Amino acid sequence: MREKVIIVLSGLAALVLAHNLYVMLLVLPDEAAQGAIFRIIFFHVPAAWTALLGFLAAAVASAFYLARKNLRYDAFAVAVTETALAFAAANLATGMIWGRIIWGIWWTWDPRLTSMLVCWLLYAGYLMLRRAVEDPTQRARIAAVFSIFACVDVPIVFFSIRWWRTQHPQPVVWGGGSMDPAYWNMLFANWAPLLLLGAALAAIRMRQEEQQRRLEALRRQAHAW
Amino acid sequence: MRAPAGERAIDGEVGLRDGGRRPSGWLRASLTVVVKDLRAELRTKEALNASLAFSIVVLLLFSFAFEPSVEETRALGGGLLWLVFAFAGVLILNRSFARELPNDCLDGLLASPLSPAALYAGKAVANFLLLMAVELVGLAVFGVFYNAAWTGRFWPLMGVVAMGTWAMTAVGTLFSALTVNLRLRELMLPLLVYPLLVPALLAAIQLTGPLALGQPFASDMIVWLRLLAAFDVIFTALALALIDAVLVG
Repeated sequence: MREKVIIVLSGLAALVLAHNLYVMLLVLPDEAAQGAIFRIIFFHVPAAWTALLGFLAAAVASAFYLARKNLRYDAFAVAVTETALAFAAANLATGMIWGRIIWGIWWTWDPRLTSMLVCWLLYAGYLMLRRAVEDPTQRARIAAVFSIFACVDVPIVFFSIRWWRTQHPQPVVWGGGSMDPAYWNMLFANWAPLLLLGAALAAIRMRQEEQQRRLEALRRQAHAW
Repeated sequence: MRAPAGERAIDGEVGLRDGGRRPSGWLRASLTVVVKDLRAELRTKEALNASLAFSIVVLLLFSFAFEPSVEETRALGGGLLWLVFAFAGVLILNRSFARELPNDCLDGLLASPLSPAALYAGKAVANFLLLMAVELVGLAVFGVFYNAAWTGRFWPLMGVVAMGTWAMTAVGTLFSALTVNLRLRELMLPLLVYPLLVPALLAAIQLTGPLALGQPFASDMIVWLRLLAAFDVIFTALALALIDAVLVG
């Protein structure tokens, strides 16, 4: 059952992505000011949305774990967090590639870049924290508390860094500009395959997490005999 | 007929756990923890000495490394001070719950008629006081090494330092409890706490920079003060709500 869901999700993602790639590469024209590289936004922005949505879902699942003490919620939280972290990394990487070509620099302490980096570090800490705990229920409990803390922190980080940067001269002014509706539509249209892909990856990771726990339980049982 | 000692202890537990009805019991319990932690620390001085020595050494090394002029100190002072405070803070926070591990003291504390929230609050206040003491010494050393007139705006500066320190101890004490049983505990605590503290440290740095040099409080600083206050309130509430899950499960 789970297998089929994963196959359907990833198949759908591939189909929609193929269609979107056709449209964005062959139908939509180059952007007037930025040229061909502008198309990276169709992956850059939806990746960030997917990542933030994933972090939020992980915090909700963590709260459910603390309330219900069912390890399935914990498996869901870790699966979603890991997938979201991958999307956040994709967001950072595509942003840096774009910045290198348009701004001429790989990195600048722009509010959005900085916030996403802090966010990424927070959730990388979440995965490291899980590695440091052996007992599955203790791991789930500790990770759940951290996930909730991190999720509450993310909006505060975004606000604080925005205020911090507005006190300094902005290296490059971007934003506030208008985008052609065709581009906007593509931006949302391309969110769909990324979400589907994220769901498929999370489902695979969740299955792996649950099987690993089953394996550990069997191993403990074997030792007990 | 008088209740036997055992029953009275249980009565006391009911009173302590139900903080809403008997705040005095809850407060008294946390105060006991504050006094206990401060006494233990002042007798052993294990975290305090390390933290003090560390902050002085970093301030000294920084002065060697950059030989900052007056203008440079103005630009760097807030950031330098809060980096020192953050490192010194982790040294104190690491010991906060680790101190209770030998002789199973933590299990004893959890079994005692003391709610986890009261234990957390007591430890957070003790850590706050210890860290404030270290920071005061750090500020004095900063004033001497960097020729900074840090006492010029003493009380506003103390207010800002206290708010930033509370942000650090409110989050840090919870994470000290969270990481106490982990492998690599001493490494995990800063790794988890520093990214979480980014907004609070950012606000504290912006506010401390001018105040530590005795300059007046600029009106555009109010946004940072609000941010710091909001951070303190939100994370103190969150920590109090989640400490049960951390310590008891």
